[in-house]
Amino acid sequence: MLILGESGAGKSTFLHALAGVVGDDEGESEGTLLVDGAHPAAQRGRTGLVIQDPDSQVILERVGDDVAFGCENLGVPRDEIWMRVRDSLAQVGLDVALDRNTSTLSGGQKQRLALAGVLAMRPGLIVLDEPTANLDPQGVTDVRDAVVRVAEATGATIVVVEHRVAVWSDVVDRVVVLAAGGGVIADGAPSEVLSRQGEELAARGVWVPQFPPPRPQRTVRGVQQTLLSAQQLSVGRNRHALGVPLDLDILSSHALAITGPNGAGKSTLALTLGGLLAPVDGVVAASTALAAGAGEHPIRWKSRELLTRIGTVFQDPEHQLLTSTVRAELEVGPRALKLADAEVDARVDELLTRLRLDRLADANPFTLSGGEKRRLSVATALATRPQVLVLDEPTFGQDSRTWSELLALLARLVDEGSSVIAVSHDLDFVDALADSRIVLS
Amino acid sequence: MIPIASVNPVAKLGAGLIVSLFLIVTIDWVSASVALVLELAIIAFMGIEPKRFWLRTLPVWVAAPLTALTILLYGRYDGDVYFEFLFIRISDGSIELALATFLRVLAIGLPAVVLFISIDPTDFADGLAQRLRLPDRFVLGALAAVRMVGLFLDDWRSLELARRARGVADRGRLRRIAGQGFALLVLSIRRGSKLSIAMEARGFGGDTPRTWARESWWGAAEWFTLVIGALIGVAATVVAVLTGSWNFIVG
Repeated sequence: MLILGESGAGKSTFLHALAGVVGDDEGESEGTLLVDGAHPAAQRGRTGLVIQDPDSQVILERVGDDVAFGCENLGVPRDEIWMRVRDSLAQVGLDVALDRNTSTLSGGQKQRLALAGVLAMRPGLIVLDEPTANLDPQGVTDVRDAVVRVAEATGATIVVVEHRVAVWSDVVDRVVVLAAGGGVIADGAPSEVLSRQGEELAARGVWVPQFPPPRPQRTVRGVQQTLLSAQQLSVGRNRHALGVPLDLDILSSHALAITGPNGAGKSTLALTLGGLLAPVDGVVAASTALAAGAGEHPIRWKSRELLTRIGTVFQDPEHQLLTSTVRAELEVGPRALKLADAEVDARVDELLTRLRLDRLADANPFTLSGGEKRRLSVATALATRPQVLVLDEPTFGQDSRTWSELLALLARLVDEGSSVIAVSHDLDFVDALADSRIVLS
Repeated sequence: MIPIASVNPVAKLGAGLIVSLFLIVTIDWVSASVALVLELAIIAFMGIEPKRFWLRTLPVWVAAPLTALTILLYGRYDGDVYFEFLFIRISDGSIELALATFLRVLAIGLPAVVLFISIDPTDFADGLAQRLRLPDRFVLGALAAVRMVGLFLDDWRSLELARRARGVADRGRLRRIAGQGFALLVLSIRRGSKLSIAMEARGFGGDTPRTWARESWWGAAEWFTLVIGALIGVAATVVAVLTGSWNFIVG
């Protein structure tokens, strides 16, 4: 069963309630919810939960121990635990050693590990909360296939929440659409619900294959000039180089996409081009036009000098948040540039409107939804009008509405002469935006 | 080679504690040097890579002379005085005490570090819960938290870079670090609550008595480890008493 609904309809809360992990102190509840005729919290182990963030649900250091954790809590005898561990890992197709360190697994592997951990408890109901939202395309397919295999082999009921309908629409029997204010809008077979409600859902940010989000029209650009150039560039952390040395020119009025599997060093390359990490070897050199008196090497620029030259939007918006209101967050950059108050206000107001954040101007950034946080983090970079904008996975976990807004915004920036560098797994996004791409391996 | 890695971490902890107990009741250079010589002889057979050994035990090698220097300059005054300046007074007494302290820090610190570099946190938690019968909620909660330290380090690095990207990294270093610390706290609370949901969803904290997938084994090797610890302590004490340098201190 697939549960759909716009952000804030309570999909995750419903799943947590099914799994019996909603505490009494976390808001109010009304009505009854029974799993096998009893309160979900009394039925630990009957329901298994897999959440969105792969890193936050790995519990132990070794793969086998992590899968065994649920069984131990349920009091399963030792010999049987290890039998179940091996069965579960085989069913989710995770073919790694039992003593493999869990932190070395990819996102898709971690999600399958979580599924195996749930499976080992032999639950009658498995609920998955956006299990593929943070994964690369290969990871998405692997996890989806593992879930389907598990459903067939165990006969367990599967309830999944996901924005991307295409991943699941062919394999689920039933689709339920939740209303934002509470209640159910539609309930039925996927084809039926999607043809009846598809357009409405798409308008509310759900990815419905038949109704793809609009893509921007790119207009003919002005003269391109080189802003940054990388020569024999090796990137890495702790002086350990990843991949082969690169030669690369970053042009104005040009969008460059960096793609490649997990661990290929895409984020590290982005941070290095963004003047935040020092190259392991080789150089990143700014053109005189971009440097404008600040020196040739972005890594040696002052933090303030970066603002108007290269802006970076991190993968996790929360890493970038500095203040307690959305408005103050947007003012940080312009204030660091010592712009006049009137100019700061003008820029902030414009961005608030353009990115639909005006209603939230006084809200605490940490309380925003995922899509709102993403829009805010992009807006903070735009507030200082950098000539080069570097973005790390800007569309991760976003609904289709935020997706197409971001895309339109970035396309406009490039058309107006900026350079955009985006690290992304999202092939639709790359297709719609990028003028060129490099694939790291 | 001594296969110390496979010994139950609780036994290693115990052996370390036993040696320390014998050494902290006296301050003299004889007992500490006997213990140190015996320990180094055993460590030499443990098959630790020299580079790893020096790297991990570096803090001990730094701490020992520093502690000794403090004692040398300000320690108990006794016998001939060789140098005096303000509160500094180097005498026979302070020299002897400094030497004893230097050896003692090494004799307690080195085996502690060496035993602990071979401890796997999961095995240690198993041992604490199954052997020492510590409450398993507490032990497993702590274990899960330890595993998150790596994530915090990544978060910290990202926070640092993000501040540079936001244009606020040029000045006010102290204030920035305080702000970053607060941000890290917020992030870690969020991670922690997600992790606790994941653990709860896997039946953690329920009323069913827990079973353990891994047995925390306890056999001859574990007893042997404890005995070795005791032997080192006894040998050090006996030699010190025989040479007349053993001095019992209280507190």
